[in-house]
Amino acid sequence: MAEQYVAAVDQGTNSTRCILFDRRGRLVSVAQREHRQYFPKPGWVEHDAAEIWRNVTRVVPAAVRQIGADPGQIVAIGITNQRETSLLWDRRTGQPIGHAVVWQDTRTDRLITELAGDQGADRFQDLCGLPLTTYFSAPRLRWMLDHTPGLRARAERGEVLFGTMESWLIWNFTRGADGTGGLHVTDVTNASRTMLMNIETLEWDDQLLAAFDVPAAVLPEIRPSSGVFGTATTVLPGVRIGAALGDQQAALFGQTCFSPGEAKCTYGTGSFLLLNTGKEIVRSTHGMLTTVAYQIGDQPAAYALEGSMAVTGSLVQWFRDGLGLIHTAAEIETLARTVEDNGGAYIVPAFSGLFAPHWRSEARGVIAGLTSYITKGHLARAVLEATGFQTLEVVDAMNADSGIALKALKVDGGMTANNLLMQFLADLLDVRVVRPMVTETVSLGAAYAAGLAVGYWPDLEGLRSNWHRAGQWLPNMDPERRATEYANWQAAVQRTFGWIRPEQ
Amino acid sequence: MLRLLAAAPNGLGVADLGNALGLAKATVHGIVRTLHQVGFVEQDRSGAHYRLSDAFGRLGETYLDPNELRSRAINWADSLASRSGEVVRVGRLVEGKVVVVHHVFRPDDSDQDLDVGTTLPPHACALGKAVLAFDTSGASKPKALEAFTTRTIVDPTRLADELAAVRAKGWAGEFEEHTVELAGIAAPIRGLGGLVVGAVGLTGRIERICDSRLRHRTDLVTMVRATAEAIGRDLRDDR
Ligand SMILES: Nc1ncnc2c1ncn2[C@@H]1O[C@H](COP(=O)(O)OP(=O)(O)OP(=O)(O)O)[C@@H](O)[C@H]1O
Repeated sequence: MAEQYVAAVDQGTNSTRCILFDRRGRLVSVAQREHRQYFPKPGWVEHDAAEIWRNVTRVVPAAVRQIGADPGQIVAIGITNQRETSLLWDRRTGQPIGHAVVWQDTRTDRLITELAGDQGADRFQDLCGLPLTTYFSAPRLRWMLDHTPGLRARAERGEVLFGTMESWLIWNFTRGADGTGGLHVTDVTNASRTMLMNIETLEWDDQLLAAFDVPAAVLPEIRPSSGVFGTATTVLPGVRIGAALGDQQAALFGQTCFSPGEAKCTYGTGSFLLLNTGKEIVRSTHGMLTTVAYQIGDQPAAYALEGSMAVTGSLVQWFRDGLGLIHTAAEIETLARTVEDNGGAYIVPAFSGLFAPHWRSEARGVIAGLTSYITKGHLARAVLEATGFQTLEVVDAMNADSGIALKALKVDGGMTANNLLMQFLADLLDVRVVRPMVTETVSLGAAYAAGLAVGYWPDLEGLRSNWHRAGQWLPNMDPERRATEYANWQAAVQRTFGWIRPEQ
Repeated sequence: MLRLLAAAPNGLGVADLGNALGLAKATVHGIVRTLHQVGFVEQDRSGAHYRLSDAFGRLGETYLDPNELRSRAINWADSLASRSGEVVRVGRLVEGKVVVVHHVFRPDDSDQDLDVGTTLPPHACALGKAVLAFDTSGASKPKALEAFTTRTIVDPTRLADELAAVRAKGWAGEFEEHTVELAGIAAPIRGLGGLVVGAVGLTGRIERICDSRLRHRTDLVTMVRATAEAIGRDLRDDR
């Protein structure tokens, strides 16, 4: 019998790709296409959802063709996506209503302040696990309903549908021959990023719907992350859609962090550390987010604590494009290795405020400890170390919230190619840092969850045995030096606070 | 042509260049394409205009940053390690030694240490022979060939023959030349303009790397060569 594969569709912020995996979890082919970023106003970021679907219809067949497979060899499709990016489309014609509003978009900041009112940004945290910020979908949905003439009435009549990217893709994958009637569904992980789902019941919450003034008629049905959603009618007709998960949750799954206490951090443009807390819903008092990690079929959901760092790889990009001190991101390591240490310089990249665990929107970045001794080599170190220190802050906060001390950190993402940074992380966190053989953990996680749903893989243990270590860094830093460095960083962070002052 | 391009920061089209130099369009096109392939000129977004790239101004500097090589190689090297089940390394020649730029563990979760940054004797390993075979600097020709095992090639004439064979077949093999009971396979990585910028290879116990007649397994050779080709394609394409 011909070899069988699972297809993962990773709908990311910059591109959409399809990766095929074999039974041992090995990557066998990749096809990728970038889509356009629209910046209509300062702070606004949009995507054309129709373009994104067109890209899906191209990359999936391309990945299958690359290995000369036929669609019959694909046993399941797993979908993973940029989280929180929000879209409305017409139920009848399937046309998107305007562009999708991307997670980085800050147009809802005024609305957020209004909604927070006297009760503060954490007024919904008990219900949905999230603080009020511009990241999550509900404020975005509300904004769209408020700013498109006639839309609210149509929404209330059920003529328009809301979804994040996985909903849009599944709806299109399952459209009827007459062009209508796709499945309108989402999964618990994506729903947990809207601020509309009750984190305990895993259902849309009336209180939250009322608070955001969102009609229930626009919302998709919430399903488990791993389980057959339906069968594709196009692109790979007849193939079952076995999973949908938000990208960071997919990475946690791909890293096989199935037990409470296991954590992974994905180092890309921004970085996201997720700690599996099992069936327990841990409510953070240290600025972490409570989120659903995954749900397999009708089993109870697994939860996670999440620490988000907004500026990590993008600080390297700034160093390259903004300062022009290097030509490629990787060269930062070469430059950083021209010096022994940071020379006393610290860069706190609060470009648009500070994320976890501080959540200070009025903070702005600083370079602290600047002296005439500092060279570009020291600054390169400081850039890389900023990612290390931010990780340490998040890990500290998580340890405090969960009472579980991290034993090892599984890492993935583009920045893991940087050995200097990986060693610094191990030194600073004082734990083993481990890189798995498959760095495309986001896609792998979606494939795993989908393959599990259709019986391609038997169980979680089977998946664990596919995980292999590709590289490992062991801590090797004098504890005293670690403490001093961290104290210096914290002092630098203090200096970012209160920079943006309310207008007179 | 380079002078014209250097004087036109907004770039020039093929027709502009042809007119200025009195050359046929097809001729200009051929030259520009070559310059583009080696990274000396770049195209603007529309694809209609060419201009000098900043790589041209940096000719004297290291041709390819080793960390950049690792970044480009990482996914392909992982895939080679997971499919072959062996240790994978990417190396390049620096001052007559092979420096390990990237190292992927054997996927069996046994205790292994990263050896990125360490050096290997080029004449005694597959990785080294794969880069030595294409080295023109001369400076890297080792003077005295140190013996590590009884199989290490220590005779310069034999080494020259071996390197000629590597050039002819496009990959290098090693058989107990550095460590007893270990064998290796490596292939050169060709960057912009076809220049060899390093090599990727695997190392493992003889019985896994070689067939029953002690020849390097052809399936592994194919995998290693495909990996080197894929990394090279990545390096050459992204312009
Ligand atoms: N060797 C390196 N050292 C430091 N930073 C690096 C290195 N290589 C890549 N980066 C940084 O990592 C980021 C890219 O990582 P990655 O490809 O995982 O991005 P991503 O956030 O997943 O993007 P996308 O959403 O498009 O997939 C960039 O911000 C880049 O600056």
